[in-house]
Amino acid sequence: MSTNGYKVIGSRPIRHDGVDKVTGRAKYGADVQLTGMLYGKVLRSPHPHAKLKGIDTSKAEALPGVKAIATAADLPQIADKIADLGEAVVNLRDSSNNVLAYGKVLYRGHAVAAVAATSRHIAAEALELIQVEYEPLPHVTSVLEAMKDDAPILHEDLKMTEMGEETDKVSNIANHFQHKQGDPEAGFTEADMVIEREFETATVHQGYIEPHNATAEWNEEGHLTLYTSTQGAFSVRDQLVEILQIPVSKVTVVPMEIGGGFGGKISVYLAPVAAVLSRKTGHPVQMTMDRDEVFIGSGPTAASYLKIKMGATNDGRITAATAYMAYEAGAYPGSPVGAGAGCILTPYRIPNVQIDGYDVCVNKPKSNAYRAPGATNAAFGSETVVDELAEALGIDPLEFRIKNGVTEGDRRPDGPEHPRIGCIETTEAAKSSAHYGASLEPSSDGKLRGRGVASGYWFNFNGGRSAISVSVNDDGSINMLEGSTDIGGSRASISMMLAETLGLSAKDINPRVVDTDAIGYTDATGGSRTTFATGYAAHATGKALICEMKKRLAQAWEVSADAIDFKDGLFSYKNDEEKRGTFKELSGKIGGTGGPLVAQISTQPDGSGGGAFATHIVDVEVDPETGKVDILRYTAVQDVGTAIHPSYVEGQLQGGVAQGVGWALNEEYIYNTDGGMTNSSFLDYRMPTSLDLPMIETILVEVPNVSHPYGVRGVGEVPIVPPPAAIANAIYRATGTRMYELPMSPPRLASQMAKNA
Amino acid sequence: MRNLTDGREQIEVDATNIGELVAQLDARFPGFRARLCADNEDRIRPNIAVMIDGRTARKSMGEQVAEASEVHFLPAISGG
Repeated sequence: MSTNGYKVIGSRPIRHDGVDKVTGRAKYGADVQLTGMLYGKVLRSPHPHAKLKGIDTSKAEALPGVKAIATAADLPQIADKIADLGEAVVNLRDSSNNVLAYGKVLYRGHAVAAVAATSRHIAAEALELIQVEYEPLPHVTSVLEAMKDDAPILHEDLKMTEMGEETDKVSNIANHFQHKQGDPEAGFTEADMVIEREFETATVHQGYIEPHNATAEWNEEGHLTLYTSTQGAFSVRDQLVEILQIPVSKVTVVPMEIGGGFGGKISVYLAPVAAVLSRKTGHPVQMTMDRDEVFIGSGPTAASYLKIKMGATNDGRITAATAYMAYEAGAYPGSPVGAGAGCILTPYRIPNVQIDGYDVCVNKPKSNAYRAPGATNAAFGSETVVDELAEALGIDPLEFRIKNGVTEGDRRPDGPEHPRIGCIETTEAAKSSAHYGASLEPSSDGKLRGRGVASGYWFNFNGGRSAISVSVNDDGSINMLEGSTDIGGSRASISMMLAETLGLSAKDINPRVVDTDAIGYTDATGGSRTTFATGYAAHATGKALICEMKKRLAQAWEVSADAIDFKDGLFSYKNDEEKRGTFKELSGKIGGTGGPLVAQISTQPDGSGGGAFATHIVDVEVDPETGKVDILRYTAVQDVGTAIHPSYVEGQLQGGVAQGVGWALNEEYIYNTDGGMTNSSFLDYRMPTSLDLPMIETILVEVPNVSHPYGVRGVGEVPIVPPPAAIANAIYRATGTRMYELPMSPPRLASQMAKNA
Repeated sequence: MRNLTDGREQIEVDATNIGELVAQLDARFPGFRARLCADNEDRIRPNIAVMIDGRTARKSMGEQVAEASEVHFLPAISGG
């Protein structure tokens, strides 16, 4: 039983898919087995930048067991077209050229051709027989180098857009935009203390454990069925329709269980290729990436360069800030710099602000979304400068944040006003937490200890399309169909909202995530939207069922539907004891009133409600000999709106922190001078494991979202935003060394400490 | 957008929906419509988000605006 006035919301029922997940019965993409299925493998470019002069597949085609080979010639040539795929805006020509290179390869690992064969081994052997003639070109893998006028150009037809206007300048800089309010220069003049710093962050990967996969079956009637691991089945359908130029009615996408996505499983990589191979062979074709391919051939998130300047008065009031943000888009335009620019200074009320964002192409895989895309890079810079300002002014870092924190009616740097949000409440909760109040004891073995804090913001997408379809069983239980991929326990949370609305228990709901033929259009699970938006649809569905139930009961009880009341889970007619009962009690007693009780609802919330704020506290211990950092204690405080299933909310916070710790301390794509990634395995790309982390404490601050019937606020993304800055600030407190580059890996930190010594 | 409005951060117009608003802005600041809408298309470009009083416009040009509404044109953001 919850303590928040709800019966179901706020409780912690066992997730509906839990047993299948822990017993291995849940079906993932690679578990798909179809009669006559072939296996596909991708040939990838060994060059970071080269012209494709020719591809000779004849020897590979002659290998016994090889059934078909696909290249870009098998894909329709698509015009330059920007498409809204629900959660992501993409250029479809770029998407097509990314799945199979056309004319040029733009990064090491760029897909060039693919083989379908009777076994994976034969497919792999055939790849070695494909002869590709390349004309290598100079490459560039650094954002600042790529911005120079004499840098190698990736796209000869890419003209820089400057402040919204396309120029004639051919450049790797796809876009420069600016947010500005007030007069920053005047604001800096007004300040007593001004600090300006530069930052760099590395390319990092989402690190989902399940690699990309796709199984395509293109039948004789021209219908394509695709089984895949994705955050959005409808998004995959849209991309297949556009890339393959086929009718939407001819495509069905079946979402399998997903082993992590974090933003990286909205774009397609294998799906169109598997589809083409299936069409060419007449057989189902299954393709899965190995880990090396995931690193070099999918979409990591952007490396970045930032320069941040901030000024404040002696009494701790921020007067002005500027941010220069250059993000790597990878091979094609579209880095998360727009989102980063919208988040970087948003926790603060700053009267004079200017943010310049640059989207820059480099010879790396096309960058993709990663949990609060762009915001973690941004906060590493801004929250370090905030920390330095607070220290220089002699103000407690959390007090400084509270003093300048935003509240309802304050403007975001990009313009709109904040609605009711929990920025101040969150920071105050951090300041009064047991962790922040506890003293940090010094180490007894010569190691250095320090405590750091940082805050973060993420927009939250309080919108998008969601559909729910339900049918009521005679025992009052409900089969609920939804289109939202369940990444973090959304089956449970959405079921709980339907149950709360109807006065049922969570176990009375039987949720299923179904294919694109079985449910209305549902946008991808991303942008922290799913519990908000699909939960919104579940609530509306519950209301529709109540309305229909009243009509049925009116027939059964021979009274007016308007006279039937539904309150606290109980239907009743005036004070008639014979005419009352719960949804569950009555749903089996409405036979003959119009057939089965069903409802289908689709919704599209209006996007209002505001974003999520988090403040984190971390204690670290640094080995002065090696530069190795251990996390001693970590507390994540966050405005979570109403916590529907607190365990899963806590899990989102803990997962975000774990990924943020990896980004802070170890994770990076290490490139050699040939433009190749040298650490494309989990052995060398160092993600934190449970052995590297303490139990991450959480404090849930519940400021209900006024735009949602149950006050839901998205929680999944913002917890990754503060960790690198919080850890950097803690390292400084421990060692006296400020770190301005991620990751703060042992060699990098040891080197910096040695320089400072 | 400020390079179309002589640096002005806020513009006041009389309009009842986004379509009218864009037309009036374009009349006063030529090039506004081309900046917001793809060639020959009567809808906002997909890479631009329109916010009206803190909510996202879902009907593109047909979205209603009230007398005192505040409208922002922002880069469309995708999440993870």
